[in-house]
Amino acid sequence: MDIAVNILLTIATAATPLLIAAIGELVVERSGVLNLGVEGMMIMGAVGGFGAGYLTGSPWIGLLAAIAMGALFSLLFAVMTLSLATNQVATGLSLTLLGLGLSGMMGTNFVGQPGVRLPNLDIPGLTSFPVIGRLLFGQDPIFYISIALTAAVMWFLFKTRTGLTLRSIGDSHSSAHALGIRVIRYRYLSVIFGGACAGLAGGHLSLVYTPQWVENMTAGRGWIALALVVFASWRPWRVLAGAYIFGAVWIGQLHAQAFGIPVPSQVLSALPYLATVVVLVLISRNKRLTMMNTPASLGQPFVPDR
Amino acid sequence: MRLELVKRPQRSMLFSALSPFIAFALTIIAGAVLFALLGVNPLTAFNIYFIEPVSQVWQLHELAIKAAPLILIAVGLSVCYKANIWNIGAEGQFIFGGIFGSILPVMFPQFEGPLVLPLMLLLGMVGGAAYAAIPALLKTRFNTNEILTSLMLVYVAQLFLDWLVRGPWRDPQGHGFPQTIQFGDWAILPELMPDAGRANWGIVFALVAAVLVWILMSRMLKGFEVRVMGSSPRAGRFAGFGLDRMVFFAFLLSGALAGLAGISEVSGAIGQLQPVISPGYGFTAIIVAFLGRLNPLGIVAAGLVLALTYLGGEAVQSALGISDKVARVFQGMLLFFVLGCDTLIHYRIRLVGLALAAPDSTVKRDASSKLKEAS
Repeated sequence: MDIAVNILLTIATAATPLLIAAIGELVVERSGVLNLGVEGMMIMGAVGGFGAGYLTGSPWIGLLAAIAMGALFSLLFAVMTLSLATNQVATGLSLTLLGLGLSGMMGTNFVGQPGVRLPNLDIPGLTSFPVIGRLLFGQDPIFYISIALTAAVMWFLFKTRTGLTLRSIGDSHSSAHALGIRVIRYRYLSVIFGGACAGLAGGHLSLVYTPQWVENMTAGRGWIALALVVFASWRPWRVLAGAYIFGAVWIGQLHAQAFGIPVPSQVLSALPYLATVVVLVLISRNKRLTMMNTPASLGQPFVPDR
Repeated sequence: MRLELVKRPQRSMLFSALSPFIAFALTIIAGAVLFALLGVNPLTAFNIYFIEPVSQVWQLHELAIKAAPLILIAVGLSVCYKANIWNIGAEGQFIFGGIFGSILPVMFPQFEGPLVLPLMLLLGMVGGAAYAAIPALLKTRFNTNEILTSLMLVYVAQLFLDWLVRGPWRDPQGHGFPQTIQFGDWAILPELMPDAGRANWGIVFALVAAVLVWILMSRMLKGFEVRVMGSSPRAGRFAGFGLDRMVFFAFLLSGALAGLAGISEVSGAIGQLQPVISPGYGFTAIIVAFLGRLNPLGIVAAGLVLALTYLGGEAVQSALGISDKVARVFQGMLLFFVLGCDTLIHYRIRLVGLALAAPDSTVKRDASSKLKEAS
């Protein structure tokens, strides 16, 4: 039983950064903006979180720094694509490339240094409760944030007027503009929210998952988060399910490597990436359904006519 | 204060030509700030970064070695991006080109003769094209987003190469190092001028590819088709152009060129397969393609600039002890500024909300006349 609980806990830890980054990107894409810079914002959050935590000794300051770093970095993307109407695909790519380079440079002195870890929740009496105690009351704080965030985004997008407005912008920015909605302002806020989420996800990697700084430690998780949004057909609860499926794949291949299954370790390491491809194929096979789910003005630059 | 874009009636020829230069100048300024923040005199740093690495003939050869794969890959990518098809997995196609091309020298080292090298190059192109065919097939057959699939396949290619050189292809006499046997003499891409420097035929391939693709894009029907499908797929359909065929054409062409770059790098600069054969050429080439304005001839110049950022990064690392990641930062900044400056081609930028923000000629004239009165 203990083994099962441990595996479930590690799956949750692996799924949390994917979930947070994907939920953030989901809001961005619902507003009609495609930000391919998730990987770059995530790694900036990871280096910022580690750095602040290491320098101040407080993982909580690290957590805040990770969020701030992601948000700040996404602002660069927002200015380019929203104010200067640049190509979103190319700008997102350059955000990822710049983030990978910049984080490597900033983290030069952090390599090999011991980091600080966010403490797990510990409620006397509840956490020690058999089986479900640790699952419900003994995880890291970002896990709880991720679940709350998913619920909040679900409520915001589908139960509030502002959420409806945001979705309408994603479906037709020119109609929304004609109705007097501040398209660019909504999109700025969405992009920055997505950046903060990606930064938080990166912070989870360097403050919880492996509390240290390793170059390129996101290892493609930002891209998998992007794929999760497609997989989830832009619906928050499906992102939650997808993130846990991918967390399970990620942990499963690590366990398989540890057990010495007679398969080359590289094949197992490739599984999360191959799984992403397979899942994308399955989900986008139906062309009409995909078109119906995709925010209609996703990736289109918008310049308001005056 | 906010920015406001005003659409130009036509695209500006002036900014079309100027924007890469403005972008480069902005990168230099941002780079100066960066070096100053790192506590280095920017002028010293720039001298070491941009001037010293190209001040001797043998160094120009090193530049050519770095520029060749960048240009080859970027020329192929430019066709994709013109057609609005987003192949960002060139790094993986580069690796598969290297692997396929190495089949002959690794598995059949006893096969020698002048045929070896051409066959290797051909296999390299086949390998790159075959690997690029996967996202193309998934896009056309299953409607799958090619950005994500082509990128995921990069990780898979890196792991596959890692497995090969640690497993079945490892040199039995290599003292356990993860690498294949050294290629035989017939399998090595010859140097152009062995007396002057290390530059090999890779740069020639790159220049030939650039010219051929330039002819294809500007003088042939296929190039027209690419541009039409990129700017208006609907118009292309009326003209009888097929989107699926275009996806395959763009992916296979760019994959083949990336594969050729891969095998050229392996057989020219390295001489064997290793776990890592590319310092991110496939991704840097994306920057090269955009800096070259998706024009094959512009890409040649852009490839040389980006190659210099690699050499400069190594130079500042050894001379000033700054991480060579500074090269990646420069490359990233450059792409940002290029994309930003491209806005100037289609739009005029107005600042709204500033007290003095009236780019009106009468205001300027007023101000200058007042200045004259004052003096």
